[in-house]
Amino acid sequence: MTLDQLEIGKKSKIIAVHGQGSLRDRLLDMGLTPRTEVIIRKTAPLGDPIELTLRGYQLTLRLEDAKNIEIEDAS
Amino acid sequence: MIFALVGNQNSGKTTLFNQLTGSNQHVGNFPGVTVESKTGEIRGHKGVSVVDLPGIYSLSPYTSEEIVTRDFVMKQHPDGIINIVDATNIERNLYLSIQLIELNIPMVIALNMMDEIRSNAGSIDIALMQKELGVPIVPISASKNEGITELINVAVKTVETRQYPKRQDFCTGAPHRTIHAISHMIEDHAELIRIPPKFVATKIIEGDQPLLKALQLTETEIISIENSIKEMENSLQTDRKAAIADMRYLFIDRLCSETVVKPLESKQHIRTEKIDRILTNKYLAIPIFLIMMGIIFWLTFGVIGGFLSDLLGNAITGFSDIVKSGLEAVRVNAVMVSLIIDGVFAGVGSVLTFIPTIVVLFFFLSLMEDSGYIARVAFVMDKLLRKIGLSGRSFVPMLIGFGCTVPAIMATRTLPSERDRKITIFLTPFMSCSAKLPIYGMFTLAFFPNHRVWVMLFLYLLGILLAIISGLIFTKTVYRGNPAPFIMELPNYRLPSVKSVALLLWDKAKDFLTRAFTVIFIASLIIWVLQTFDLRFNVVAGSAESMLAGIGRFIAPVFQPLGFSDWKASTALITGFMAKEAVISTLAVLTGTNSSNLPQALGQIFTPLAALSYLVFTLIYSPCVAAISTIRREMHSSIAALGVVLFQTAAAWLAAFVVYRLGLLLI
Repeated sequence: MTLDQLEIGKKSKIIAVHGQGSLRDRLLDMGLTPRTEVIIRKTAPLGDPIELTLRGYQLTLRLEDAKNIEIEDAS
Repeated sequence: MIFALVGNQNSGKTTLFNQLTGSNQHVGNFPGVTVESKTGEIRGHKGVSVVDLPGIYSLSPYTSEEIVTRDFVMKQHPDGIINIVDATNIERNLYLSIQLIELNIPMVIALNMMDEIRSNAGSIDIALMQKELGVPIVPISASKNEGITELINVAVKTVETRQYPKRQDFCTGAPHRTIHAISHMIEDHAELIRIPPKFVATKIIEGDQPLLKALQLTETEIISIENSIKEMENSLQTDRKAAIADMRYLFIDRLCSETVVKPLESKQHIRTEKIDRILTNKYLAIPIFLIMMGIIFWLTFGVIGGFLSDLLGNAITGFSDIVKSGLEAVRVNAVMVSLIIDGVFAGVGSVLTFIPTIVVLFFFLSLMEDSGYIARVAFVMDKLLRKIGLSGRSFVPMLIGFGCTVPAIMATRTLPSERDRKITIFLTPFMSCSAKLPIYGMFTLAFFPNHRVWVMLFLYLLGILLAIISGLIFTKTVYRGNPAPFIMELPNYRLPSVKSVALLLWDKAKDFLTRAFTVIFIASLIIWVLQTFDLRFNVVAGSAESMLAGIGRFIAPVFQPLGFSDWKASTALITGFMAKEAVISTLAVLTGTNSSNLPQALGQIFTPLAALSYLVFTLIYSPCVAAISTIRREMHSSIAALGVVLFQTAAAWLAAFVVYRLGLLLI
């Protein structure tokens, strides 16, 4: 599944960041590498973007871009 | 001895810079590029300076601001690097550190926010981490001024004893072999540009085109490099960029599992979550933001700023009267007295009274920025800004635009896409800058004394509305395409340090004072000359026969349809082009009054409706010279800068025309 489908408050692990270009480079630099744990904290008041926690900090990105992030199925 | 201060955004870099240098800072340009930098001498160490570089997450360039930092450490060859690392966010911060270490420049890590780690029962084995990384590490707390002296001593000693990083190799597995193979191939080329081969090899595998070009490799060399990268990709079943990022984070994960005892959820983070439950709440977020801006305006223009400005205005008028009677008592020539009182005191004085308002406005803007709230505003507003084809990050420069257009345009460097950057630069002048406050302040006092805050709010909102309309026009015509991606850290809320805020306010006040005594001073003198003499340089009886009146009368017909045809009004608009504050000082000089009598004098030039139309025109017409030269510099285009001047002035004329004509119909 992809990150945009993860329920708020559930944990999962990153498998891979797909897509290409500077956005993907930036996501990798920010620590979205395989096996990294992520939790979605909340969505912005207007429904997009989302806020997630990884490696002990908070990051925000858009749902559209979260579709490129493959994660393990939440159990 | 020059140190580069490098670190992630939100790592406390500016706070550390202020602690290292005190108020001993100056703004200059980076050598070779026209980007502003802050340099300061380290306290107690003559000849040792530190350069504050824009925050970055990696040495791979992404925004134009990050390129500045990368170019500085790679091309200017600083004597040493002070790398600030946020200990509460250590993994992502070390990702930059190990790249910096690979540059093989004497370096020290300042491990910041150690107080937060300790108070949350966490710990870091500094001795072991130091050994693993091969560079000295000094635990500090920049905001509490702890460990700074030791940091300075260690940093200076590291450079003096030429202590290079002891470890260069953070690679394992398949990337390791490839990095070594490529680094042998390019060794000679890398030495020519004075960058360590291992660093260059890693960057080339990551796909760093500028660096690859700088090496000037032959076609065959490039092909064989490409082949060994492909081989690595095949054996790892992943692509080059992911392989390197994964390799670095694997090293960091292992290092941290050995050295870092992570605190349980920190108090600061729990507090942040609590605050965010309200400030980014689904229903409350936008109302709270609007109310907060409302309160800030009310405090800035009404309660605090307005009150202090009145006090200062009275003091200046009193002082001017004393000087005038003093000069007359010793029978100084009447023309000279007029120069000092009607030129300098009236001009500079009427602008000086607005220092308190401007300082108060910047106080609130810097609180919003340093506390971490502005990042939330971008988070909340992203979807709305996307409707006009921008991202939430463009909101930050625009908010700064309410302070001053010049830093706002410079702040667009943090935007990752050129397209977003250009549109944001075009829209920022619509955000009413604080230099226009004297104009609003004086006119609302004269014409709408009971509705001052409402008229000002109307002006600010009108500017925003016009920005939205223009944004839609731009993104539907010239700048089509998708808004840039929006990835941003949401830092924990922190109380801004008193010192940082105080230094910033001092900076702004100093800047404003400098302008008052240079640009405004000269403008006041020129205006005084133009209005005191006629073309043959005879002293005129009244300013109506002066040279200035001639110029003003020449362009006045343009403003006839807007309701203000008096030559004094049009002349003030010309000087306002130099600096917006000059509109008021010019009107003061031309009407021969000081700031306390100016409201009555204005009543004879404008009807209330014409005054409103005049305010709308000054709100939107061409930005001042300083802003225009910044636009030209940032966009590398004189045509773009000229475009802004013409576009804004045309929009101003139209808007004022609509307001005046509508007003006539309604009244």
